[in-house]
Amino acid sequence: MDLTQTLEIATCTDPGMVRSHNEDSIAADPANGLVVLADGMGGYNAGEVASGMATTVIVTEMRQILANARPYEIDQKNNQEVAALLLREQVLKANSSIYQAAQSQPQYAGMGTTLVVCLFYDNRVLVAHLGDSRLYLMREGKFRQVTRDHSLLQEQIDSGIITAEQAKRAAHKNLVTKALGIDPTVEPEIHEYPTKPGDIYLLCSDGLCDMVEDEDIGMTLHALGGNLKLAAQQLVQMANDNGGRDNVSVILVRVLREYPGPRGVMAKMFAWLK
Amino acid sequence: MAKLILSMDGLVLKEIPLTKERTTIGRKPHNDIQIDNLAVSGEHAVIVTILNDSFLEDLGSTNGTIVNGNPIKKHFLQNNDVIELGKYKLKFVGEAAPAATGEKADFEKTMVLRPAAMKAAQAAGAGAGAQAAVAQRQAAVQAAGASATAAGIADKDARSTPAPAAPSAPTKPVQPLGAIQLLSGGNAGRELELTKPLTTLGKPGVQVAVLTRRPQGYFITHVEGDKRPTVNGQEIGAAPHSLKDHDVIELAGVKMEFFLKA
Repeated sequence: MDLTQTLEIATCTDPGMVRSHNEDSIAADPANGLVVLADGMGGYNAGEVASGMATTVIVTEMRQILANARPYEIDQKNNQEVAALLLREQVLKANSSIYQAAQSQPQYAGMGTTLVVCLFYDNRVLVAHLGDSRLYLMREGKFRQVTRDHSLLQEQIDSGIITAEQAKRAAHKNLVTKALGIDPTVEPEIHEYPTKPGDIYLLCSDGLCDMVEDEDIGMTLHALGGNLKLAAQQLVQMANDNGGRDNVSVILVRVLREYPGPRGVMAKMFAWLK
Repeated sequence: MAKLILSMDGLVLKEIPLTKERTTIGRKPHNDIQIDNLAVSGEHAVIVTILNDSFLEDLGSTNGTIVNGNPIKKHFLQNNDVIELGKYKLKFVGEAAPAATGEKADFEKTMVLRPAAMKAAQAAGAGAGAQAAVAQRQAAVQAAGASATAAGIADKDARSTPAPAAPSAPTKPVQPLGAIQLLSGGNAGRELELTKPLTTLGKPGVQVAVLTRRPQGYFITHVEGDKRPTVNGQEIGAAPHSLKDHDVIELAGVKMEFFLKA
């Protein structure tokens, strides 16, 4: 099922005002409804390598698999949806690729990356994430954060050591507790949400949400929702105007219409014949 | 420069700047801060200051050191912490801009946190009761936080030597406030202050433009519609157009003047 006409996607990435490298990587495959954003870490250019590997592996593998698979079906063996299984598998594949590269080549030692992936199918979105790259949703004028960071700060908030207000001024925003490519294996957090036409999904690296208040991000999407490309550029520009201390990456996805997965006998027959 | 304000019963006795790396507190005269009171031990506590951060350490005093009501052995001092030694109070006042120093650390590179302690806590927790596991994990998080703070210092230290710290970017730049006044249409004469980072103008579906407030000034950008807005009779391009005082904008058939307020 080709989603090119169903999803409007705009992307923007920028090294920011302070850093010389852009260690963020973004990728979009509109036909398969897949968007990936990764924020790499590690010395020299290792961060770019890690985030680049993550986006490339996930997009190419998913593209190959989705050519034949029907993500909305239920896997007979373990009664789980095919999409979630597939996505998890590809995230793990990316994890081992990065981990092995880091192990075998000294200049990449310790590299890793955060990740947020969205797969749109059958009027739903499947979200997998690791680390502090985020997904936000603008629905019917309300803007909210969908993912919860895997970070020290979030854990401290959850355990009641600090309040969300204190967290804004905390000194160690940069510590993530989960990332891709650091350990031989990793468990991505995967959730599925129903989508509605008109939804705008925002995937971003911490370079945006650390520099721009959520309120201002929401206002920008509200004001510039009519022009997604401009909204993406505006968000990056706001992060840079506020200091741009980190690489800033933004992916915006708007759901234009319903996109139910083909069900029913005829559809199945057609898929089978193909 | 961080400093301490010494007081007793709400009466300020003196201010002590933390100029030295080690500032000792005690009853005996060789201390940097001498408090001649029997509740204070001879060598009571020490404050170690490294760059912008100060740590308070109790030196095994008889009556202990209390910070913000809690007895401590070692403590990372934060702005407005109150140290109690017997009847005396020492208020810690950090750098003039404590937020700025915090910010510097905020934007250090993203790092993965995998302290062995955290794993050990999880492993140990698996055997023990669930509640104990939670407690241990919290302790690990706390410990990790402390070590992160310490690591931050080392990192800052390393950074300041090769290159000067990044210029502190103003988060809320001081700039003259802009406004627009409608010159034609039903609401002619009405004025709109541009306080928000962006303000949209026009009719959705017909023609919309956005006015953005940036450190460099105000800009107008075309958002949607076949026709682009004009500034002083000239149609603007796809890129943001910088606005000058008394520029006249025409949008969706309405004329308006942009001006800067004093």
